[in-house]
Amino acid sequence: MRMAELYPQNERLVLGSHHFAAEDIIRFARKFDPQPFHLDAEAAKQSLFGGLCASGWHTCAGWMKTFVAFWAAECQRLKQDGITPPELGPSPGFRNLRWFKPVFAGDTIAYTVTLLSSRQSASHPGRLINTMLCEGTNQHGEPVVRFESTVLEFI
Amino acid sequence: MTSANPLLTFADFPVGKRFDFPGRTVTAAEIVAFAQEFDPQPMHVDEAAGKASILGGLSASGWHTSAIMMRMLCDSYIDQTAAEGSPGVDSMEWKRPVLAGDILSGHCRVVEARLSRSRPSIGIVRFIAEVTNQRGETVALCDYANMIRIDGGEAAAHANG
Repeated sequence: MRMAELYPQNERLVLGSHHFAAEDIIRFARKFDPQPFHLDAEAAKQSLFGGLCASGWHTCAGWMKTFVAFWAAECQRLKQDGITPPELGPSPGFRNLRWFKPVFAGDTIAYTVTLLSSRQSASHPGRLINTMLCEGTNQHGEPVVRFESTVLEFI
Repeated sequence: MTSANPLLTFADFPVGKRFDFPGRTVTAAEIVAFAQEFDPQPMHVDEAAGKASILGGLSASGWHTSAIMMRMLCDSYIDQTAAEGSPGVDSMEWKRPVLAGDILSGHCRVVEARLSRSRPSIGIVRFIAEVTNQRGETVALCDYANMIRIDGGEAAAHANG
């Protein structure tokens, strides 16, 4: 079955949560984003953020992690129900990413996905292009991130 | 500040200003390590699965490519800038796969610079970053913004004694 047949448009699906421990924030930042507010709690107090917080790319990677786990479980569930899962491909990118609030050390982010649209690829007839709204909310219920991701589906 | 040079501030980022990225080889080991932690899809963790996919080989997660781009931004200007993070990314295009062994470089340039409406000490600088591989092909194209202080903050205070 196709994504659009399985998941109603504009219906938010809960993917799961990811905890951001200080040591994980620092480990990611040392490799990819060594700015003082991602590396050092004292330096972070002097920044606009006011405390040690995750690289925005780390926050996004957390969304991907929960999506991959969710999707593996969904494929399993669909097969058990005798449904052929949609065959998802790589993503060509995303749009309109906003980091609304810092993800601080100790925060747990709950991630969701919402199918916004599904259309035929103009250049590849065997492919659909799905646009999905991806969101993350912290333990206080405050949105921290959102972006619109594009994902290929083979038909 | 330990650096003798004052940090770059908003005024140092006029439209057209360009920063070049140092070259960097992306290894199979780092592709797999990133993917195992964040994006364990077969084409990012397994050579054979990557070859069988439309990506054509063991390929980096798009988020890994994005994180590598971030490191390039840090190394090329953010480390020397009074930067206060980013409000977001208008668009990111992962135009081609990044395969194990690829050598990435590229550049970014300023396309817009304006003052923040809500924070008088901050300017918002919009950039386009282009990451290229060893054949000069664009692998990632990113339209993003940085918040940059108008004065150097602590660095300026030190300079003024």
